[in-house]
Amino acid sequence: MVEKEYIILVMGMGLVTYLPRWLPLIVLAQRRLPDWLVEWLDLIPAAILSALLLPLLVTTGEPRHLALFQPALLVAIPTLLFALKTKSLSGTIILGMFLFWAAGKLM
Amino acid sequence: MPDTGSKIKQGLLAGWPICLGYVPVGLAFGVLAEKAGLHPLEIGLMSLVVFAGSSQFVAISMLSGGAGPIPVIATTFMVNLRHLLMSSSLSLYLRGVNRKTLSLFAYGVTDESFAVNLSKFKYGEWDIKRGLVTNHAPNITWITATIIGGYCGQFIPPKAFGIDYALTAMFICLLVFQLRGRKYVITAIIAGALAIILSLTVPGNLYIILASVLAATLCVMFKKKSGRAKING
Repeated sequence: MVEKEYIILVMGMGLVTYLPRWLPLIVLAQRRLPDWLVEWLDLIPAAILSALLLPLLVTTGEPRHLALFQPALLVAIPTLLFALKTKSLSGTIILGMFLFWAAGKLM
Repeated sequence: MPDTGSKIKQGLLAGWPICLGYVPVGLAFGVLAEKAGLHPLEIGLMSLVVFAGSSQFVAISMLSGGAGPIPVIATTFMVNLRHLLMSSSLSLYLRGVNRKTLSLFAYGVTDESFAVNLSKFKYGEWDIKRGLVTNHAPNITWITATIIGGYCGQFIPPKAFGIDYALTAMFICLLVFQLRGRKYVITAIIAGALAIILSLTVPGNLYIILASVLAATLCVMFKKKSGRAKING
């Protein structure tokens, strides 16, 4: 049985997650945006991906602290070079996983 | 014009790396949620309604710490606010799509589907139908993986096949796709450096949105300034 309180919690979580995903699509997709905003939005993906990725590579633990010599970062270097060279998403993932697995065996 | 069948196929081709990444994370989530006292049915319900991995992990850790619904919902909001930027970015390519389809598409906007869809919209022959498949194939994978995790995740060794690196490797490659010129590289470096500093000083994961907004704003401002200087002399 799923409790009522849990259903309220999940619905609340769902609502506050859905709204930021939904509102810009409905509001912005119908309008012509000013040039500076288009330019700003165009830079956002590179910014977000880098902001998501880099802390994963150089920090660890809870609360987070700096850890430069960890497998996540060491493996990232050849993985990045491979991605730059091949531009292959699936190849990069498979190589990254393999190297991380191998690093785990060695370290 | 490609038919619907081949569009679904293209959407799946673009979405499979995301699915691959979601399996281990979803299983891990299922195991943790089950340990926090949730039934697999409750786990599946959360994955279906919320569909946002990191906030679900945060919610589980708060729930097992005895937090009530209001703080959990407020934290979920903060953690997922970054999707606001992603949907804004995607909206550039979704002019003229009807509201019903947009509403369905919005439900599947995640860090991963956003990155894949955006580069497809930009460089490939891409539309909302393919995008919907790329959004919702990982969604189904996520829901299924979290439920399976709830039932039997404890039998899967946590570091099998380096699978917990799948999402990181994917972010690396997706970032490479975005670096198509100097301004993108500069923005990425600023955002990454800010994110590291902020992630070490600000608790939670607000650093993602802060660092991205700051980096993009700085770059647009700097470009405007240097552009004006050129005009003036």
